[in-house]
Amino acid sequence: MIVLDTVPSGALLLAVGVLFAAGVYLLLERSLTRVLLGFVLLGNGVNLAILVAGGRAGAPPITGGAGATEPMSDPLAQAMILTSIVITLALVAFVLAMAYRSWQLHEHDEVQDDLEDARIARLAEHDVPSYADSDALGSGAMLDEEAVAARDEVAFPDAATRRRPDSSARGGGDT
Amino acid sequence: MNPWTVQTLVPLPVLVPLFAAGLALALHRYDRAQRIISVAALSVVTVAAAGLVVFARDAPVVYDVGGWAAPVGVNLVADPLAALMLLVSSVVLLCVLLYSMAQGIADSGDRAAPLVHDTEAIRRILEAQDPDADELRRRNVLPVAIFHPTFLILAAGVGDAFLAGDLFNLFVGFEVLLAASYVLLTLGGTVERIRAGSIYVVVALLSSILFLLAVGLAYGATGTVNMAQLAERLPEIDPGVRLGIQALLLLAFGIKAAIFPLSAWLPDSYPTAPAPVTAVFAGLLTKVGVYAILRTQTLLFPRNEALEIVLLVLALATMLIGILGAVAQDDVKRLLSFTLVSHIGYMIFGVALATQAGTAAAIFYVVHHITVQTALFLVVGLVERRTGTTSLERLGSLATLAPGLAVLFFIPAMSLAGVPPLSGFLGKVGLLEAGVLDGSALAWLLVVGSVVTSLLTLYAVIRAWNKAFWQPRPDGQELPEESHLPWGMVGPTAALVTIGVGLTVVAGPLYDYAERAASTVMGEEAYIDAVFPDGAPRGTGESDEVTNDTGEDQP
Repeated sequence: MIVLDTVPSGALLLAVGVLFAAGVYLLLERSLTRVLLGFVLLGNGVNLAILVAGGRAGAPPITGGAGATEPMSDPLAQAMILTSIVITLALVAFVLAMAYRSWQLHEHDEVQDDLEDARIARLAEHDVPSYADSDALGSGAMLDEEAVAARDEVAFPDAATRRRPDSSARGGGDT
Repeated sequence: MNPWTVQTLVPLPVLVPLFAAGLALALHRYDRAQRIISVAALSVVTVAAAGLVVFARDAPVVYDVGGWAAPVGVNLVADPLAALMLLVSSVVLLCVLLYSMAQGIADSGDRAAPLVHDTEAIRRILEAQDPDADELRRRNVLPVAIFHPTFLILAAGVGDAFLAGDLFNLFVGFEVLLAASYVLLTLGGTVERIRAGSIYVVVALLSSILFLLAVGLAYGATGTVNMAQLAERLPEIDPGVRLGIQALLLLAFGIKAAIFPLSAWLPDSYPTAPAPVTAVFAGLLTKVGVYAILRTQTLLFPRNEALEIVLLVLALATMLIGILGAVAQDDVKRLLSFTLVSHIGYMIFGVALATQAGTAAAIFYVVHHITVQTALFLVVGLVERRTGTTSLERLGSLATLAPGLAVLFFIPAMSLAGVPPLSGFLGKVGLLEAGVLDGSALAWLLVVGSVVTSLLTLYAVIRAWNKAFWQPRPDGQELPEESHLPWGMVGPTAALVTIGVGLTVVAGPLYDYAERAASTVMGEEAYIDAVFPDGAPRGTGESDEVTNDTGEDQP
């Protein structure tokens, strides 16, 4: 029985840490594309972490090589990483399609406000209780249109306002 | 050796829907073939699950996938808990499939079907984008019949998650069902669904990453992902590391199951999907999360008092905050989504007690809640079909217009609220009994909280029933008399409601079975014995052919 060398490599651990930090940072962004990049980084970080769990690098993950005494890497960890890479690939493709669809519909790909948040914010603004059909309150702009128009992104300030002039007053997604 | 044994049944709930999904996708032009394939596949799954429920009663049935024995190979384990969940979920999936076929979600030949509405919206968008494109090209962009294949893949993922005998396979099962759920939730790609879908997908991706990380940590700490082996090894590792893995798993499953601080995504995303999709999500997906919590917390980890207290507090918060959200809703779908969150709290309550009585009550409650919650969402789909809205401000006097619908809504609603003698009452009594048996101050607090939640649920659903069915329409308009609901939609709904009532009739044997399932999960020996019959790992990872004859290519 060959005992695996279980002391992890420092460089790999550092890479895991950096990938996680960058991934979490990007995940907190509003744009779906950046969220997706964050997800990819996090996924790679986790894959590396599993690789670290499989022992030191350098040996082949197959048995029956040159001799029985030769050290061998843990193949199970690598099999799990391969599976998760495939899954991540499929999910990335789906989210990309969704981000593109969002861009098609709204000319941006930001994750939009929860409608209920918008509703509660509007109720608070008008200082009214919530037993009426609150969609009908106020300016007449529907909640879903408002949620579409509310944006954090400042790189293209006119994109939303040009198309929907009524949204400029409450852009910024501060709900 | 006879190849047809009990073990043959075990992989069927995963294999059959997967094959059928491929076949249905290949035959996407042939509507009738797709329908036959889907119904046949889910019927086979239901029969297989029923068989497993019978055979797994005494000892878990273990199947080694590909002939590689545990712990090296992937194995599927049907213990009483998994078999019971599988049976309930396959029955629900079959009912929802029949319902959706009558609703016309898969094909677009029906006037009032949601998808037709959506294709109109898509057509308008496409026209705005490119007014010169010819009709043929536009039709090609419209959604193909992907509903059936995706639904079958969802079924396969749910089956895999229930049967998984190792943590990584559980992860794969989760991913399969989640990927299918992303597609189903954003079906048609309309404005509203893309908005709700992006929130849902991002949250689900995060939970997947957390789950994968927990699997990796568990593997690093114990050197295995096989559940039976983890159950043996996890109690021996460093308590700090163990707590970290346990908390991470709980966090990942907590997002899936929508436990309170992690539940905000659910009421926003579920109601936007088509009615049958919402029904199956509400019935099954959160329960898969609850099942995973139940499985990992009881089977893998030894008792941990601190974490149990945290879970109990979270269960109380989930119940109360969820139901207070439900009371404030104007839309029936959102109201039901909030009651769904709230009642997850009951199941977590049972799990957090970490006693056999509590676990058994939680299992019974899961079975009850899957059927009742799905039935309610299907009824709301019928209401939407009949009246075109689910807003309580616009509904009214349905009891005279559609008395059958009123009955169909009333029975599961009462069961949800826990009115005797329906199954919700029995489940709640079981949980309260387990809580009282536990006897700690916190358990008593939860008992009180459960009763309050039950009363508030009654208030919420009765308010909905009054506004939608009993009172006249606020705007005084009358519904068109002539519109009739198709029997294909009413039938499966009525069947689910009847099953919900039937749970009361068979409550005695069912509760016995739940207790047996609880004892298998709580007392790890039965599970470990089934996977490792001689107390030692069976597989070594070396195939006989390879070690004897290195010239062979494949074992």
